[in-house]
This record gives sequence, structure tokens and C-alpha cells, in this order.
Amino acid sequence: MEPADLTQLWVYLSTKPLTGLTITLVAYAIGFWLYQKSDRNPVCNPVVIAIAIIAAILHFTGTPYSVYFDGAQFVHFLLGPATVALAVPLFRQMETLKRALPVIIFGVLFGSLMATASTVAIAHMLGASMETLASLAPKSVTTPVAMGIAKEIGGVPALTAVCVIVTGIVGATLGPAVMNLVGLTDWRARGFAMGVGAHGIGTARAFQVNQTAGAFSGLSMGLNTIATALTVPFLWHWLFG
Amino acid sequence: MIAAFALILVCQLFGEVISELFSLPVPGPVIGLGLLFIGLLIKRKPPRELTDAADNLLMHFSLLFVPAGVGVITQIDRLKSDWLPIVASLVISTLLTIAATAFLMSKLLPRAPASPDTQNEGAK
Repeated sequence: MEPADLTQLWVYLSTKPLTGLTITLVAYAIGFWLYQKSDRNPVCNPVVIAIAIIAAILHFTGTPYSVYFDGAQFVHFLLGPATVALAVPLFRQMETLKRALPVIIFGVLFGSLMATASTVAIAHMLGASMETLASLAPKSVTTPVAMGIAKEIGGVPALTAVCVIVTGIVGATLGPAVMNLVGLTDWRARGFAMGVGAHGIGTARAFQVNQTAGAFSGLSMGLNTIATALTVPFLWHWLFG
Repeated sequence: MIAAFALILVCQLFGEVISELFSLPVPGPVIGLGLLFIGLLIKRKPPRELTDAADNLLMHFSLLFVPAGVGVITQIDRLKSDWLPIVASLVISTLLTIAATAFLMSKLLPRAPASPDTQNEGAK
């Protein structure tokens, strides 16, 4: 085939939703394969690898994000139902929840406020714009919820998605080292902190290290999602509204 | 499977409606999560079909973040101008939150009714 034909073929294919969808799944499959090859090293995060591959393809083919998203939206859409489905793992932690409810609620509120306040304060001191601050504020909850919150308070959801993923990776890779440094050995507390500080990526990491840590991480992640979604928008409107 | 998936979507739909109707700043799916959780509390024993559907949706939860993450390419300019506050705040805040929350919870959580798992792993 002549190069001109190939270009035309790409122009045709790139406008089909099938292409964006296929690229997303293939890139993630490659990322997941590398992650497993690396012995599940959190630095080889499948999400980061997939994003890098797709961004490179879009860049070199000059395809706009909106065209890619026409196909990728079918994957993106599932974030909503998946968030609802978090109720099931949360329910599985009912026994733990019942035993120490006040302490757990206090811990989640503490972690949620700590994460939001420290991010916004540090970024503000370093001169970030208002829009960037609003995009950073919900960074410690799972992406769909964080994007929803960012939209509510005047942030940029796409930037929030990036911040959330960076947060998860930083927490999953460096979080355990920091807790070792401080000398914390209680697996329940360690897991709990990972769920509050580094959402799903931190929880996945906690499960690899210790089952108890993983269960507590899942619990605190689910509750933190709710706590942050309830507190951040109200606090934001109250402080800056 | 269809019924379970439909139930999840119904929860989300009601969540969106409630969020919109009362102009709540809480995203619809989070309200949906709450509705499903309340439903599970009432039912006490979640049907196998529902837990399977939920587990399947969540098995590759991180895949679902990819399309939004690729949106970074639309934010290159902002990242260029604000990269220092973004990176510094994310790294410091995340590690601070994890360390402080872990410290707080290790003091507050009641001593566990010793499960063998906690003891063995904790001793390592």
C-alpha cells in the first residue's frame, strides 16, 4: 500500500469510536503485562504506562483528545457504576465498621481534611492559580468522584484525573517507606492510612503486603470517598464561594 | 448478571436525580453508592449475583481511569506553568496524610481481638 493510502486509512479509522476503545484496552493490557513482569512493582503502574502509550500515539498521529474520547468514553462511562459498586466491598467490612465506628469516622474525617488542606495550602504558597487549587483539592479520592468534585468547585476535571493518579502512585510507592521510618507496625493503621491517602492504588498495594492492611485500606478508601465528596464542596463554597 | 447490573445503574440514576433535584454538590455516583449501601444494610445478605457483578466491575477498576488520564495532553500548558506547586503539594501532602493518619489510628484503634493473621504478620 502507498503511504498516502495508509494516511487516508488512518484518517478514516481514527474517526471511528472503535479505534479509541481498542487503543485503550490494548495499551492497558500492555501496561498490566509489564506490571506483572516487574513483580507488581508499583512504579510500573499499568495506568501510567497505558496513558503514556496512548498520549504518544495521539501526539504522533496528531489526533485530538476529543476524537480519541469518542471511543474511550465507553470505558470512562463505567466509572460511575463502578463507584456505586464500591458499596459491596464496603459492606463486607461491616463487622470491622461496627466494632470501632466512632474511631473510624474520626480517622476518615481527619485524613480527608488533612489531605485537602495540606495540598491546597502548599500549592497556594507556591503560587498555583485558583483553578489549579480547585483541581488539586479532591486528589485523594478515586478518580470519578474527584473529577465530579473538581467540576463542582471550578477545577479542571482532566487535571484532577492526573493529580489523583500521581497521588495514588506516590502513596503506594513511598507511603510504606514513610510509615516504616516513623516506626508504625500496626497493619490495621497502616492499611487505613493507605486507603485515605492513596485511594484505590494504595489499596491495591496494601492488599499485596498484608490481608488485614488491605481490608482496612478498602474500608477507609470507601468511607473517604463519601467523606471528601460531602465535605470538600461545602468547605470550598464556604471559604472561597 | 443483567438484573444486578441494572440495579447498580438504577442506584446511580437515582443518585444523579437526587443530586440534580436538590442541587447537591455531591456527585451522583456517590449518592448511588450510599443508596446501594443502605439497601445492603436492609437486606443484610447481598445476593451472590450482585456481589459478582460488583467484583467484576471493580476487578480492573484502574483501567477505567485511563481515558480521563489521557486528558493530561489537554493540560500541558497548565502543567508547564504550575508544575512546581502541583508536584510539591501532591508529594508532601500525600506522605504527610499517610504518616499522620497511620499514627493517629495506631493510637486510637482498640486492641484487636487477636486474629492469627494480624499477629503473625505484625511480628515480622
